[in-house]
Amino acid sequence: MTQVEGEAGAPGPAREVILEARGLVKHFPLTRGILFRRQVGAVRAVDGVSFTLGRGETLGVVGESGCGKSTVAKLLVSLERPTAGEIIYKGEDISRLSGRALKAVRRNIQMVFQDPYTSLNPRMTVGDIIGEPFDIHPEAAPKGDRRRRVRDLLDVVGLNPEYLNRYPHQFSGGQRQRIGIARGLALNPEIIVADEPVSALDVSVQAQVVNLMERLQEEFGLSYVFIAHDLSIVRHISDRVGVMYLGKIVEIGTDHAIYDHPTHPYTQALLSAVPVPDPEARERRERIILAGDVPSPANPPSGCGFRTRCWKARDLCADVEPPLAVPVEFAAAPGVVAHDSACHFAEEKPQVASA
Amino acid sequence: MLLEVQDLRVEFATRDGVVSAVNGVSYGVDAGETLAVLGESGSGKSVTALAVMGILDSPPGRVAGGRILFQGHDLLTMGREERRRVRGERMAMIFQDALSSLNPVLTVGYQLGEMFRVHRGSSRAEARAGAVELMDRVRIPAAAQRVNDYPHQFSGGMRQRIMIAMALALEPALIIADEPTTALDVTVQAQVMDLLDELRREYQMGLILITHDLGVVADVADRIAVMYAGRIVENAPVKELYARPAHPYTKGLLESIPRLDAKGTRLSAIKGLPPNLLRVPPGCPFHPRCPRVRDVCRKDPRPPLYEIGQGRSSACHFWKETLGDAGRR
Repeated sequence: MTQVEGEAGAPGPAREVILEARGLVKHFPLTRGILFRRQVGAVRAVDGVSFTLGRGETLGVVGESGCGKSTVAKLLVSLERPTAGEIIYKGEDISRLSGRALKAVRRNIQMVFQDPYTSLNPRMTVGDIIGEPFDIHPEAAPKGDRRRRVRDLLDVVGLNPEYLNRYPHQFSGGQRQRIGIARGLALNPEIIVADEPVSALDVSVQAQVVNLMERLQEEFGLSYVFIAHDLSIVRHISDRVGVMYLGKIVEIGTDHAIYDHPTHPYTQALLSAVPVPDPEARERRERIILAGDVPSPANPPSGCGFRTRCWKARDLCADVEPPLAVPVEFAAAPGVVAHDSACHFAEEKPQVASA
Repeated sequence: MLLEVQDLRVEFATRDGVVSAVNGVSYGVDAGETLAVLGESGSGKSVTALAVMGILDSPPGRVAGGRILFQGHDLLTMGREERRRVRGERMAMIFQDALSSLNPVLTVGYQLGEMFRVHRGSSRAEARAGAVELMDRVRIPAAAQRVNDYPHQFSGGMRQRIMIAMALALEPALIIADEPTTALDVTVQAQVMDLLDELRREYQMGLILITHDLGVVADVADRIAVMYAGRIVENAPVKELYARPAHPYTKGLLESIPRLDAKGTRLSAIKGLPPNLLRVPPGCPFHPRCPRVRDVCRKDPRPPLYEIGQGRSSACHFWKETLGDAGRR
């Protein structure tokens, strides 16, 4: 894998920015009443998320359930419209597009879903599933050429092209995820947003799919937004990683910065909680066990969202929301410690479980 | 030995024929010990546990052979009523999905108290007090106020704590936990695993932890039994298994997980897929995916579980060679 040089928050200098999120917000209204609906509040699923994605880069997004990472994925592929904020693709805000312009953009930003069992139509053959994007975007492949294209795609993802006429239920979970990936690749997109693409798969099959995604990235120069809750897999595949909590990115940087030099207490707790497959490390590990649960995004705490579970929280944290920026104390520090971290009391405390 | 499973066989009658989901599995757990049963979906790890608990759906499932000795008594030859008493009082099970294991229309206090009412004949007030105490013990905050709440009013981690409380209620000698933290987030998973481990130590219970997560296993287990296609392929103390696996499947699993503390290039995946249990290949069931396969592996009889050292066994003809491969990484 290529390592990104340069600043932690931005893609390497060599990389052109292909996609940028600016202050993305998505609120889902909470309503009461049947005849007279009135809004009584909002679930702040995504509450101000900004990042950039470079060409050929993989941006990992990690976070626990309910942190808004899947909503970010849906916003990026225009399955949801943001309440506020912009998504800049090649210099243009795509979040307000509709009709033909939206369709054209969608061709270039495709999605791979988590659950290979429900994201494939059980009544369509594999050939029809992978070929369906061509019905919607007929300009992508001339009519007579489609079958050949579908066979090529099956071959690319490591499935036998003869399986064209089979149905999804005839495949295993790993094979179905390959079909989902083939469908995502059909229109030669530049960006693939993958929402938990391997979470439903067995360990031995996970590795096959991760390897496939890496190979395809090299072959087609794809950019990935890779969303997952499994921190080890995200580290393996990502160039940069953003950590989300309660609808916000709390820390973002290169994989080296986030995993080896985290400065946000949430990232530190998250990393320390990951079980390490090494029994020898059991006694040496220093784990931070967080108290309590994630607060409801319908009623987030004031100031810093993490303060209700944070062992460092002080009055300041309730009053002032820490911005996502390089903390002042590290601004002059050399190396990767100087990366964006939304904490008033950011500290470096290497948390990798064992080496 | 607190629990000893000997040569257990479980079959399911399906439309396409009889499936041997568990095919001669033996393992044991001592009091105060944690045994991890590791395997992928379809390996038979959960079915074995259901058979031990005696809650296998039958039909279509049926125990086709073997013995399950619990505190010296064979559970399979016990009468229904006796078995039911053992199941409630001396062994308990925790399931993966707490939301669907709890009754949504009854309060958690009622469901916890049911253990005392049914098994101890407690009054309603006693049962309620017992429920509050249990909730306290698994550290649910404000237990006395929350005892009348319904399952949906709790978070996933709290619901799993309630399941643990229910399992603990009658202070069983053995707890079987089937993927207890798989549905939980990592920070909550750490809380729940810690709690379970602490309670096991406090009550000197035997714990069978069924999981597919090699990380969780390394954190809490004393011994590991690795299952593949309805069989145990390797059995070892936890440290030895991670340091020097003696079966190519175990070795492949360990090499296919990315590590948090090391960023490699390509993951070395195990090729192919686990077999369909209706058509398990002859010889060693792992041979079509095995990098070390030779002719002898493709032919019956299947490799037996070779004793290869103190508390270690491996069902591979070439366990010596597999062990001999220098430790990974």
